[in-house]
Amino acid sequence: MSATSAPPPRTAGRLGAVTSHTLFWPVVALVALLAANTIFRPSFLSVSVLNGHLFGSPIDILRNCAPLMLVALGMTLVIATRGIDLSVGAVVAIAGAVALSFIATAPEPEAIGTVLTAIGIALVLSLLLGVWNGFLVSVVGVQPIIATLILMTAGRGIAMLITQGQITTVTSAPFKTLGAGFWLGLPVATLVAFGVFGLVSFLTRRTALGMLVEAVGINPSASRLAGVQARTIVWTVFALAGLFSGLAGLILASNVMAADANNAGLFIELDAILAVVIGGTSLAGGKFSLSGTFVGVLIIATLTLTVTNLGISPLVTPLFKALVVAAVTLAQSPVVRRKLAERAVRRPSTSKAVA
Amino acid sequence: MTTTVPDGGTTQGARARRGGGGPATRRALRLDRRYLPVVGTFVVLALILVVGGMRYDNFLSVGVLANLFINNSFLIVLAVGMTFVILTGGIDLSVGAVLALSAVTAAYLLNAGMPAGVVIPLVVLVGSVIGLLVGAMVHVFEIQPFIATLAAMFFARGLCFLVAPESIPISEETFVALAGWDTWIGGQWRITSSVVIALVVVAVAFYLLHYTQFGRTVYAIGGGEQSARLMGLPVARTKVLVYVVSGTCAGIGGLLFAMYSRSGYSLTGVAMELDAIAAVVIGGTLLTGGTGFVLGSVLGVLVLGLIQTVITFEGTLSSWWTKIVIGGLLLVFVILQRVLTVRRT
Repeated sequence: MSATSAPPPRTAGRLGAVTSHTLFWPVVALVALLAANTIFRPSFLSVSVLNGHLFGSPIDILRNCAPLMLVALGMTLVIATRGIDLSVGAVVAIAGAVALSFIATAPEPEAIGTVLTAIGIALVLSLLLGVWNGFLVSVVGVQPIIATLILMTAGRGIAMLITQGQITTVTSAPFKTLGAGFWLGLPVATLVAFGVFGLVSFLTRRTALGMLVEAVGINPSASRLAGVQARTIVWTVFALAGLFSGLAGLILASNVMAADANNAGLFIELDAILAVVIGGTSLAGGKFSLSGTFVGVLIIATLTLTVTNLGISPLVTPLFKALVVAAVTLAQSPVVRRKLAERAVRRPSTSKAVA
Repeated sequence: MTTTVPDGGTTQGARARRGGGGPATRRALRLDRRYLPVVGTFVVLALILVVGGMRYDNFLSVGVLANLFINNSFLIVLAVGMTFVILTGGIDLSVGAVLALSAVTAAYLLNAGMPAGVVIPLVVLVGSVIGLLVGAMVHVFEIQPFIATLAAMFFARGLCFLVAPESIPISEETFVALAGWDTWIGGQWRITSSVVIALVVVAVAFYLLHYTQFGRTVYAIGGGEQSARLMGLPVARTKVLVYVVSGTCAGIGGLLFAMYSRSGYSLTGVAMELDAIAAVVIGGTLLTGGTGFVLGSVLGVLVLGLIQTVITFEGTLSSWWTKIVIGGLLLVFVILQRVLTVRRT
């Protein structure tokens, strides 16, 4: 529920209060990753100005994490209502495929109007796919994991249908700006993702929306009896997850200027779920932490860059992800927390820490 | 929340009191509602066969059907393991990656000169150990199955690349001889060693699930974990064991895949866990747990395989239609299940 993004300073309060904060372990993981990078390459954190925009590893992290940020944002809301959305990767692929296919067949691919229309079509379609998921979950009453599994399976087929199995490539300067451009020295993709993230954070924390989402997640029946439009809320979060995934798909497609129906957004649903869980939002629904998701996304983006920086094959990245997930989820697991709390009360014993 | 199946635990309990007995034998007269999804799967299977047989020559040949088993043997094994996990209300996302890890390890060790007699049990054990780790995470640390198996999936996939970034061909003689072994039933139905292994796994799973205390506990947990615990059933042990079963099945699946492809490649089995889950759902197992059958999952795999076969026979249809059709079929079955559970309550 806490809207504060930074963990409380170490000096304030007891150590236990700091370590029990949901964001403590994720932030520790992020800082440890950044520190490891800086030790390995002291220039890691330096940012310079090149060709009129900022340049450096931190900027890379911010730019590369934009699509995941958007997907994880939708995922957090869905998970908060006790749901899960497996179809986001497929929606990413479909959005990219639709936009690029439209631009490729348009008479003037460089025109701003064409690009805006393509983006509009892709976003509306993504929203509709999200609405479809929401319909299955909230109206038909299918379990979220299965309802979205349907679109996850069929979605890549649909994306391939749109691109006719080809990898569609286009050249269109306005469209390229979305994924690879800079504005005020910062990557446009980052600005878009952070802007949407900020807007949603504002809407959920400064209006009743966040509380309603949590109410539905904590107890759907009770919230319905209390007058919350549970069905509408669930439907809305799935629709939003679709929309944000579509936007992420556009950024990804624009970054490489190609629509690859097979590989665009592959496993992004897993990364997004990972980011949400690392951020301390429980898959059981209820309370959610957008700031936690924010940190989770940064951890995953930093981890990916770290592996590349260390000269390890990116194919081994999953192994490191597994270690981070295991470490963070174990540290957050009820059993370990209980053990830590017991040890904090008693004097430090010689028993080994579990984990 | 979707409605859970409250009678799952009680019927299983009732059967336990009667001292066991096959689900199909005792109540043959009136069709139990629990069998309806499986009957649905069977109807779809028959429908594809009939329509395919009418549309294409040679579709209903023994060769096509025999190949259906040969090409899907590893998926059958994965789906069997997945059935155990889903029956308890869990899910296992790691099976595809564990399959790849097992296949890659087999290829690597065989190439390093280890005898097949050592390698084969060892790679199956790899799956069991990962399953045990997942089970421990789920049970001891109370991490959701989804996340625990997701971590296992990343872990296994990463290990794959660490063991072998490139594809490793298998040339060890005993292994190749085992993989190449086949026999013809009635002179026409070709059965390979992988089909035999897959069928043995199905038989063992069927026995475990329907004729042992372990199997009844699996159903009971799916029906209601709290009730199962209050009944004094070994819930903790069973919850860990289902992941061991699933991991072991994935290990065996990797072995079958290595036999099938005569190589180990770290990118095999990407998204295969989804095929396995789809097969289990199409086979009539409820994802809420408590209701479902191993044989249903086998039918589910056959339906997926037949869809692939039909699209190959059609010729003009591109491969992506497979995914779209499977998605559509999933939708139909999910809605069917939904209708059945609503009517029951």
